[in-house]
Amino acid sequence: MQKSKLQIKNQNLTELTLTETLRALEEKQFSLEELNKNYLERIEKYNPQLNAYLHINQDNKKIPAAIKDVISTRGVPTTASSKVLQGYIPPYDSTVINRLLENGISIIGKTNCDEFAMGGSGENSAYGPTKNPWDINKVSGGSSSGSAVAVAADLCVFALGSDTGGSVRQPASFTGIVGLKPSYGRVSRYGLIAMASSLDQIGPMTKSVEDAALVLDWISGEDGYDSNCINSKFQITNNKLQQGVKGLTIGMPKEYFGVGLDPKVEKVIKDAIKKLEELGGETIEISLPHSQYALAAYYVIVPSEVSSNMARYDGIRFGKDRESIGQEVKRRIMLGTYSLSSGYWEDYYAKAAKVRALIKQDFEKAFANVDIIVGPVSPTVAWNLGEKMDDPLTMYLSDIYTISANLAGIPGLSVPCGSSDGLPVGLQILGKQWDEETILRVGYAYEQVTGWHNKKPKLDL
Amino acid sequence: MKLTKDKVRLGQDKVKHVAKLANLPLSSEEEEKYPEQLSKILEYVEQLNKVDTSNVEPTFNVSGQSNVVRVDKVGECLNQEEALSNAPKKENARLQTPERSDGGQGFFVTKGVFAE
Amino acid sequence: MNKYQPVIGLEVHVELNTKSKMFCRCSADYFGKEPNTHTCPVCLGLPGALPYINQQAIDDCIKIGLALNCQIAEKSLFERKNYFYPDLPKGYQISQYRWPLCTNGKLMIDDGKIIRINRVHQEEDTGKLTHTKDGTLIDFNRSGVPLVEIVTEPDFTNVEEVREYAKKLQQLFRYLDVSNADMERGDMRLEANVSVKRQAAEGPLLRHEASEPRQRRGESELPNYRVELKNINSFRFMVAAIEHEIKRQITEIEAGKKLTQETRGWNEDKKCTYLQRSKEEAHDYRYFPEPDLPELILNPKKIQQIKSSLPELPWDKAKRYQNEFGIKKADAKILSESKEVAEFFEEAVEHGKKHQVAPQDIANYIVNQKPDITSVLPTQAVEEIKGKKVGVIEDLKELEKLAKKSMEENQKALEDYKKGKTEAIQVLIGGVMKISSGKADSRKVKEVLEKLLKSK
Repeated sequence: MQKSKLQIKNQNLTELTLTETLRALEEKQFSLEELNKNYLERIEKYNPQLNAYLHINQDNKKIPAAIKDVISTRGVPTTASSKVLQGYIPPYDSTVINRLLENGISIIGKTNCDEFAMGGSGENSAYGPTKNPWDINKVSGGSSSGSAVAVAADLCVFALGSDTGGSVRQPASFTGIVGLKPSYGRVSRYGLIAMASSLDQIGPMTKSVEDAALVLDWISGEDGYDSNCINSKFQITNNKLQQGVKGLTIGMPKEYFGVGLDPKVEKVIKDAIKKLEELGGETIEISLPHSQYALAAYYVIVPSEVSSNMARYDGIRFGKDRESIGQEVKRRIMLGTYSLSSGYWEDYYAKAAKVRALIKQDFEKAFANVDIIVGPVSPTVAWNLGEKMDDPLTMYLSDIYTISANLAGIPGLSVPCGSSDGLPVGLQILGKQWDEETILRVGYAYEQVTGWHNKKPKLDL
Repeated sequence: MKLTKDKVRLGQDKVKHVAKLANLPLSSEEEEKYPEQLSKILEYVEQLNKVDTSNVEPTFNVSGQSNVVRVDKVGECLNQEEALSNAPKKENARLQTPERSDGGQGFFVTKGVFAE
Repeated sequence: MNKYQPVIGLEVHVELNTKSKMFCRCSADYFGKEPNTHTCPVCLGLPGALPYINQQAIDDCIKIGLALNCQIAEKSLFERKNYFYPDLPKGYQISQYRWPLCTNGKLMIDDGKIIRINRVHQEEDTGKLTHTKDGTLIDFNRSGVPLVEIVTEPDFTNVEEVREYAKKLQQLFRYLDVSNADMERGDMRLEANVSVKRQAAEGPLLRHEASEPRQRRGESELPNYRVELKNINSFRFMVAAIEHEIKRQITEIEAGKKLTQETRGWNEDKKCTYLQRSKEEAHDYRYFPEPDLPELILNPKKIQQIKSSLPELPWDKAKRYQNEFGIKKADAKILSESKEVAEFFEEAVEHGKKHQVAPQDIANYIVNQKPDITSVLPTQAVEEIKGKKVGVIEDLKELEKLAKKSMEENQKALEDYKKGKTEAIQVLIGGVMKISSGKADSRKVKEVLEKLLKSK
């Protein structure tokens, strides 16, 4: 197919998607040097207030990507936004970093996040919260706060985040970008600083669905360093991505539209689903009966695994001693240590693992009748900074729609679908295990007709 | 909302015990705050007991993989310099930890005999 | 008569001799190497690193399990054993707990007693600590080396049984070629659980038993406490510690004291055990399935394959030597002690058949003469035994004559020897044996030949 030259005349080149940037570079419309110069200028201008980056590579040479600071980068400080890892410089690269480097990408900076990815607002960082570019007084969502904001504010071409209970999808939703949590095992976790190992997954955070598909293609596939990583690589052709929604059955779980969902957010989501129907999808109501227990199961499994994963931070081989661990992380270590301690195994971890099995079965049953499941990413839009800091349980409740996908290991996509009170809302599209293709295809069709992903925050800082 | 006494899962003594198990130094403020905060979360997660799981096998891993093994072959290691590069204290190419025999928060709750 | 019977259970750790470590690709050949030169992000426990199972280690663990008559699990999982110690970089050891690879085995010791094996499971070793004035120094070269743990039921009643069992395991590891099992180097380590119970039903009640009904104090009942002897890195010390511990416990009981669950170490200077950890301070390991490692599903076909690849085990060999060759029991045991001696013996027996040399004669020769099997060939041994029976030629002059004749007849070997191929002397020795119809004393022949060759 003959392509006409990309039109970028009236556009700042930092607004281009990854796919567009690659094409423009190929067409020699600008150089890598120019590209990096533009991004670094923007970072210099906006990062001090947004606090998206913790570390910036002023000397970046290739296509600039922003990397969440829980992903190990050889020779580049990696702190997981914690004081306990202050000064830590990994002697090795994560598998995903190696894959990006092989594809002509380099790291323009490491992004802020909730400490060790524990949190849903970005406020748990030891280095200060990331601000939402749509409203500087609002949280950016979390835990991949800096990655989301770096993409939303055009401070990078794309970013990598990690998602344990919604940490890619929720900040993507709060900042109006695309966020994909792949199936558990699709992308190697080698080098990803573990939070809850049975749930963590690295995912792309991008300016378009097409970009998310491309980045997933790059970073997925067999790795001899992560035993849970499957050996089939994700690959998608343009034809498949462009197949549209027609003929697909779309499930709407009634549990995702109940009490707690902000009515204004609900309206935006329902409108988006209507759009999918217009595109030829058939919607049916479904039930995921055990989803009401997902959060409870999650808050047993996560702290348990956290308590073990955080044991290595002892200040002997790297980092500082355990006194420098932050509040939320300490809380989870305490909870997990308690629930794994002698006599509690059956009541907590084993019980949660059984409920997890039921949650997984719910999805398997639902996917026997539907191709995708849709709903909100989050019950609300971004809230005020500081609003939920003193009440962990209320904070946890904002993850209610995203955690099930992690428990079941299925992929989930957040696509910008409008706004409420001037703040972005994301549509969540969940797919069968290993079927990222269908959710990307639906997301792509949706953004082609709506263009929400092209909306940019006004940065008059 | 303050929890009634019977709903406190983790009293202050238990909090201290768990902190010791977790090798986690707590401030007195945290020791004060945690019984309430953590008990609330525990109370919330205990709704799991409402689910009948009598015939359910637990799911610990969702990767769907099994028997993932590698052949016994030596590969690349870090060199000594890299291995020690992040260590705050080292001596004679070994990492160093101060010995604390106070039986408190330190590592050395008990001292073992390591006869060479 | 002794009123008390010791009740002892053993946990044996054996380091496997795989090329790479249990969960990473670092070389497992760490002994005596420069500190921290055999490490990587995985065995250093760096943030983000993940384990990946070494197939060979799993096979070796299953081999040990099969040789100990264990059931091999259909499904096996690794778990995390959480505790803090500076030699444990991740703050947890990847081990097995609820789903071990092998369970319910047994091993018979010499008097026919069966020691029940509770489990054989796979885990990883820790780093090595050196304690100095200013603190503790850590070398992580050993961290992550594969370790198999073999746990018995409390079936031992004395130190002799413990010694024999440990020796049998050591033999087994070497036969299976899964470990060098060198105790001095720490390839094989022992931990013991020791308690004592009263021997017979009659006799006065122990003070702490007085309130319990009589029928509950039968032979089969185990004491309500046990003392773990741990961190004792030498076999000799462990035996001494067990012996001391039995005496100590009896003294305590006699003095009317109640014994409790505790962990004790060994003080070699004072020759006594000492308290390391009381019950109140006991570890709470908070085991849970290792999320980084998918489950192992063990297919019966593969298990069968491993089973059929097992070599004949030392105790089976000993039995066969008795049954097939009529070897005395004590000799059969010695002959089967190491794979190398057993091979030497079996080859010699094979050769002996052609020369009417009986297996027991060969056994006597090996047991009594203790030939250096790395330099003497089994065929030479047979020749020698045969020669001895008729009248060995030991006279030096006679031997010199034979040697000269052999040198004349074997000009090529002579030339080779002169060129520096010293192994050519074997041909010349063979020549002497042939000329003398195997009557020459092979060791003396060698000496004589060497002298002649040097003088040339």
